[in-house]
Amino acid sequence: MLRNSPPGTADIGALERKAKRLRRHMLTMARGQGQGYIGQGLGIADTLAALYFHELRYDPHNPAWPDRDRFLLSTGHYSIALWAALAEAGIIPVEELVTYGADNSRLEMSTLDTTPGVEMIGGSLGHGLGQGVGQALGLRVDHSDSRVFVELSDGEMQEGSTWEAAMSASHFRLDGLVALIDCNGIQADGPVVLDMEPVADKWRAFGWETSEIDGNDMTAVVGAMAGARERNGKPKAIVLRTLPGKGVPRIESSEKSHFFRIDVAQWDGIIAEFEKSVGTQQ
Amino acid sequence: MSGEVMEAGRTLAMGQDEALGGGRRSVEAPFGRALARLGQSRPDIVGLTADLGKYTDILPFRDAFPDRFFNVGMAEQNLVAVAAGLARTGKVPFATTYGVFATRRAYDFVAIALAHSNLNVKIVAGLPGLTTGYGGTHQAIEDLALMRMIPGLTVIDPCDATEIEAATEAIAEHHGPVYMRLLRGSVPVVFEPGYRFEIGKARRLREGSDVGIISTGFMTERALDAAEALHKHGLSAGVLHVPTIKPFDSVAVAEFAAGVSRIVTAENHVVVGGLASLVVESLFDAGLLKTVTRIGLPDRYIECGAVPTLQAKYGLTTEAVIATIAALG
Repeated sequence: MLRNSPPGTADIGALERKAKRLRRHMLTMARGQGQGYIGQGLGIADTLAALYFHELRYDPHNPAWPDRDRFLLSTGHYSIALWAALAEAGIIPVEELVTYGADNSRLEMSTLDTTPGVEMIGGSLGHGLGQGVGQALGLRVDHSDSRVFVELSDGEMQEGSTWEAAMSASHFRLDGLVALIDCNGIQADGPVVLDMEPVADKWRAFGWETSEIDGNDMTAVVGAMAGARERNGKPKAIVLRTLPGKGVPRIESSEKSHFFRIDVAQWDGIIAEFEKSVGTQQ
Repeated sequence: MSGEVMEAGRTLAMGQDEALGGGRRSVEAPFGRALARLGQSRPDIVGLTADLGKYTDILPFRDAFPDRFFNVGMAEQNLVAVAAGLARTGKVPFATTYGVFATRRAYDFVAIALAHSNLNVKIVAGLPGLTTGYGGTHQAIEDLALMRMIPGLTVIDPCDATEIEAATEAIAEHHGPVYMRLLRGSVPVVFEPGYRFEIGKARRLREGSDVGIISTGFMTERALDAAEALHKHGLSAGVLHVPTIKPFDSVAVAEFAAGVSRIVTAENHVVVGGLASLVVESLFDAGLLKTVTRIGLPDRYIECGAVPTLQAKYGLTTEAVIATIAALG
């Protein structure tokens, strides 16, 4: 089983290579059915690499290990990134990734919770943080030191339930709860349709110890997570400024980055572009 | 129906006969007492409320187990989400609020965060049907219909203090999400301590051949009293109590209905989507094409007023049940 790596021991280069592997997995998945939420997945890849290969405590052979840290993906449509991370972590087979979004696949385009390693049903946005609060309270009742990480997004903050949960987390002094807020600037109707700025100030006002970083800078991501380890009576928020499609220029520059559906030849072109940019790195 | 019975119905409905069902003893906060008792042997039980602990009788549990009780404030979506998270760590959360908020306000969370994952959370909902005079904002008149639509959710409408205590124990034993209506405060005792509650089972409380009353919730108390009064005037009315709305005991309903010439449903709920609809569906499925007279609330919002006045106006009193049956002709 994997314990949290001690702070300051992160091999940034190795984690960046992990992030590239996650991106490669995601491109393979999206090519399978020709579609997917690839923009969001590529954007959050660095965060998931830091989580699964440095920060989280878990046992890939026993995903239900009671002493594990929990990772709740509230934005269920980011599942493409979660499947990549779970495969790379050894919780699900890498060979299964190509079934993403196919009929009868357990790797849904929006997560249900029957696949090992999935802690909640995402997809109805605004559900994740409150469930994270509940898990953190349950762990406290059990005197467990396990932590709870909840990913949520900038658009998702428009759901009022997010703020109901934010209020309660600081009220209950859940210092083992970490919100990872992916601010990629897009939502279903295009660029964020209702301004959520200043995001970090909002979380601070709700009593959260908050940092704001470039979510595609591995050193910054690892550093923010290290800073969130302190058990000081406050829940932690990390505001991650990410670029949708990060690492694949053609997706980064696309206007239709909420959901991608293109033909196989175009996927092959995109994958070739990605492989060229990462060179021979694994 | 005989003229004598119709006359008796009119007399009773006007309150000119003996007191109906009077003199019953009552129990204070049967739910909270049962939960606090259960908490002794069940360290996995935790309590939650959304700023309605005092009004949903859960304070005996809070006082006994302050470290296992969480008040999330006026935030019913979060109430259900937090309960879901607690259930994921192996706890058995009992979450209280009013029925209107558990349904209308938190529906997506009940459906997705709880029921879709079959999480072991019990929602206990105050002010069911017409038990408050605060109008449509507080009267959960359609909660049974809303909740029965959610796959895998068990839905219970208890009759009295005995049943509330028994059902609290039963749902704590049962693995899966539950919505239970709460009768709070000083709750009458209709059933004796030996009464058995079983999730999904209807109970035949009284045999009768002329009319079969199928009832749920506190309307069963009214149905029993009405049947007793009608019996004295020569009409034989049976009573089938159906405390579990989902899963619905269609078999017992069809068997009961087959043995009577007339069927009356009685519920503290709108007459669409709840007990009456379930009975009609069950009879139709069983090939029993009988007329069903429906006692319950109309499909509209109810005004503010005193509860006894409103219950009389909308036909939920014993007198009204008698009058309805007597008028069947």
